[in-house]
Amino acid sequence: MATAADGRLQGARSANTSSFSRARSSPSAVLPSPPNPGVKLGPNGATFVSSGIPDLDTILGGGFLLGSLVMVMEDADAPHHLLLLRNFMSQGVVHRQPVLFASPLRDPRAFLGTLPSPVSSSKEHRQRDTLVDHNQQDQEKGLRIAWQYKKYFGDQQSSQNHNRDVKQEFSNDFDLRKTLERQHVQYIESMSIQDIPHLTILRDRCSNFLSGLPRSDGGNLSAGRIAIQSLCAPQCGYAEMDWDLVAFIRFLRSIIRSSNVVAVVTFPTSFLLPAFLKRWQHLADTLLSVRAIPDEDKDMAKLLTGYQDMLGLLHVHKVAQNNSQVPTVLEASTFSLKLQKRRSLVLERLNQAPVEASSGTSYSTSGTCSGPSKGSSLDF
Amino acid sequence: MNPSPPPPRDPDLLEEALGLGRGGSPPWRLAFVEDCVETSGAFVLHHFLKRALSTEGDGTVVFLGLAQPFSHYDRVLRKMGCNLSVQRNKNKLHFIDLLNLEFLGERRLSNEKGENDIEIGFMDLYNRILRSIEAIRSKDYNGGWTTIIIDDLSHLEIAAHGSAKHVLDFLQYCRSLTSEMDCSLVILNHEDIHSSDEALQMLSHLDYISDILIKAETLSTGIAADVHGQMTVIIKDAPGGLIKKLHSFQFKVKENGVEFFYPGSRF
Repeated sequence: MATAADGRLQGARSANTSSFSRARSSPSAVLPSPPNPGVKLGPNGATFVSSGIPDLDTILGGGFLLGSLVMVMEDADAPHHLLLLRNFMSQGVVHRQPVLFASPLRDPRAFLGTLPSPVSSSKEHRQRDTLVDHNQQDQEKGLRIAWQYKKYFGDQQSSQNHNRDVKQEFSNDFDLRKTLERQHVQYIESMSIQDIPHLTILRDRCSNFLSGLPRSDGGNLSAGRIAIQSLCAPQCGYAEMDWDLVAFIRFLRSIIRSSNVVAVVTFPTSFLLPAFLKRWQHLADTLLSVRAIPDEDKDMAKLLTGYQDMLGLLHVHKVAQNNSQVPTVLEASTFSLKLQKRRSLVLERLNQAPVEASSGTSYSTSGTCSGPSKGSSLDF
Repeated sequence: MNPSPPPPRDPDLLEEALGLGRGGSPPWRLAFVEDCVETSGAFVLHHFLKRALSTEGDGTVVFLGLAQPFSHYDRVLRKMGCNLSVQRNKNKLHFIDLLNLEFLGERRLSNEKGENDIEIGFMDLYNRILRSIEAIRSKDYNGGWTTIIIDDLSHLEIAAHGSAKHVLDFLQYCRSLTSEMDCSLVILNHEDIHSSDEALQMLSHLDYISDILIKAETLSTGIAADVHGQMTVIIKDAPGGLIKKLHSFQFKVKENGVEFFYPGSRF
């Protein structure tokens, strides 16, 4: 581990850069090249990579922990898990982290053509500062000029040039309306898990991916990403093998535990027996679920503000505990998925709509506050 | 040279419930710790681990680490004031790393040889535990109590490819080991996995062989920052027998330990 990078926290690196300096992080004589912005160090020896959704990183306390297994429970009614997968892989592309993608599609490369590209102009970055101190980040983002974007994704420059010319960030906003160009996603390894008779093939692929990863990239921490879509989908040949599936998840978890890889696995819960669903949930380090929002639910519309803009809901069931026994207790665990400015994914806490004074109706819980107490008949 | 040992602290609610008092041997052989997805019970294992290795007693531990690598437990226990690496070197802790444990290996594709592999696998595992205990007992043994801790049962089931018969056989062997070798066994089990219809049988088998059940559950009111959950300790008068005593209290897990308290005694 690069010791000089240990003290580097999120905002610290911009502390001594003026507006005209190059993208050098904390000037330390020990590191010959700038640290990898795609990997962030946290307490207890934790290393994080971004999920590709800045809000999710904040909610999870830094991002996805390297060495952990993130599982996402799908909703049969809506493909929101694909949003998470796309952003996750795009973030890997932006940071040039190796990505392995396994999908039940016959041709996974088709899906790779839908990966969003990062938002290019700096001026349109979000102004919200409720969840995190964005001051530092806004300062740096303000320096990102659109024309540098081409250099950012340009030719085969050495990584040193690449880092020198462009300020990179830990997590990017992705524009869901624009896709990454072919050339950038070409390096993503992909495989189809449709019709494979045994999971051994997937196991071997994952093992090979891990052994092929550089441990460190010229003194910096490197990271790898594994994305598996709909692991127990019925079209996969092995879908009937309950125990093989859970053994695979256990295997995956054990090989990434002491590696610098994070694996995101989505799965449709309806195809699992209840006991196995629980097993999968226990094996996950971070457990999320996405849910669709019914289109025209009048009750919901009355209950929540901004209902019409919501794409769906994201619920955080479990957050990876790194070398700790203390559970992560979130203030709110259900968030709404929204598109900001019609292009980037944001997660918002659910807010209850104000209630009209005349009707004193009851409130159902949606993750945040409980309703105000009704006027009591006993007034002292 | 050594500083004077710290005064022995009062037993906490869990230790009281388990009749652990101040060091010495527990009055039971097999305890199951049950938890669920929402509330993890791993902290109870850490608590046992720390207690067994504390300087007050001369306890020793054989730890089967199926769920996490050694480094995880090392870091967690270090924050609780216990250095596992040192204990390992002093022969007080035998850590069996089973993160990659698989009985079937390459032959998982064909069923016939599978059963045999699972059986052999469990026999190997049992022998490893036996050898660890013998190693602990061999040199400088001063009569301290040995605790075998398994984290956790669901991983054994996965390694056994779901063969409940083999898992239960193994547990029976371990249980008889506790009488032969004078030690006790603590196993973490995910109760919610077994509470669905097809797996209920397993739960009743486990109940049959256990003396004590320690359940960690979520509060009925939901998740809270101050109270992480509710703990119920069920003491039976005999393995699989009637309930002799039932203790119930709440807990909050911290980096350096766990706090147990009665409901309402904290704000």
